[in-house]
Amino acid sequence: MRSLFRLLIKNYPFLLFLALEVISVVFIINYNSFQRASFLNSSNAVTATIYNSYTSVVQYFHLAKVNADLSAENAQLRNILDLYQDVPLDSTLDINKRDTSFNFISAKIINNSVNRQQNYITLNKGRKDGIKPDQGIISSNGIVGIVTNVSESYAMGLSVLNPRWSVSAKLKKSGYYGSLNWNGKDYKHVDLNEIPFHVELEVGDTIVTSGYSSVFPEGILVGTIASFTRPEGENYYTIDVLLSEDLKSVAYVEVIDNTGIEELRTLKSETQNGATGD
Amino acid sequence: MERLGIKYFLMFIVLVAVQVLFLNQIQFSGYINPYIYVLFIMLLPLNAPRYAVLLLSFFVGLVVDIFSNTLGIHSFASVFIAYARPAIIRVITNREEELSDYPGLAQTGLAWFLSYTSIMVFIHHIVLFYIEVFTFDNFFSTLYRVLLSSVFSIFVIVLSQFIIFRD
Repeated sequence: MRSLFRLLIKNYPFLLFLALEVISVVFIINYNSFQRASFLNSSNAVTATIYNSYTSVVQYFHLAKVNADLSAENAQLRNILDLYQDVPLDSTLDINKRDTSFNFISAKIINNSVNRQQNYITLNKGRKDGIKPDQGIISSNGIVGIVTNVSESYAMGLSVLNPRWSVSAKLKKSGYYGSLNWNGKDYKHVDLNEIPFHVELEVGDTIVTSGYSSVFPEGILVGTIASFTRPEGENYYTIDVLLSEDLKSVAYVEVIDNTGIEELRTLKSETQNGATGD
Repeated sequence: MERLGIKYFLMFIVLVAVQVLFLNQIQFSGYINPYIYVLFIMLLPLNAPRYAVLLLSFFVGLVVDIFSNTLGIHSFASVFIAYARPAIIRVITNREEELSDYPGLAQTGLAWFLSYTSIMVFIHHIVLFYIEVFTFDNFFSTLYRVLLSSVFSIFVIVLSQFIIFRD
């Protein structure tokens, strides 16, 4: 017994090494549950404050581009507004009524990456601004990501460039929908899967969100088809989508608060329970 | 002893800050992701107790993990090279050479320091990148990223030795 004990003491570096590596592996494997403890990710107060003050300095270098984007969006909104200018008042009521369940909360990106295998975004708004997990993040040019963790004044989310998450997206022209995944290679391109062969495609076709997931409203721009192939022995196209938003340079975003989401969830669970109940 | 503590504390802050606020933000092409916080593990005193080296390496990895939302990945790679460090030093040192306690460039000479840096950084990057993708699919694409990033990290680390952390 004593010699075993002596052996253990003699080899303590190896045991400590093993223990620390096991802790790390547990961290890696139980990734999601540990990330939910909000102090172990970049939305915790210390980390986010550091990123926030860092961004407030660095952002001055991007102001020219941000301004250009804003004025482009302004012009676009003005054009849309112009369309409704001459429409009689009562006929626009329908349009206004349709999507009132979505609120938009503006936020600034304080940390972002595009070169990892899993890319994350940290935002400067949090629970006190009305941000909750599972809300979509978009910019004026298209989708950006989804919120996963929220602390008091900061939030963290997965970017589109993260294989841990996929978006439901459809072809604007024909309405066929599939799921959007990132293959980890190029930050400008994502893959659209599950589009069957009988659908007619063209390079340059627009891809928008499908609105089936309740995270994004229908019709938010995703990108355009850059190329597609018909892999042998499969039923679905492999479609390469060029993202409309340059995720490397995005600075200001909007978080989508779906106020109808609770109602939708209750309805869903009621339906499912009803279906299994009888 | 106290002076030594302050010195390593400052080194820790500087290296982590440069890593997360500067190197993690410049994003060339997706192939070059240099990680220079390895220097902290490399420069720990050679006569430091092994448990201290392992624990400090785990800690520096964990802090980088928390900043980059990659829980567990950097701490795994850091502890790995911290454990391998004595063996690496033994391999590259001649018996006759007297090593000073602090393995900096000025103390050890360029040839020794360059091979020390290269081996440590390369092993760290191999472990790190393969754990990050968590698969051997695209084996060569990952290897390519390891090689490019290693070259860049080694360059930055050796260069930093001429500018700061000199004594």
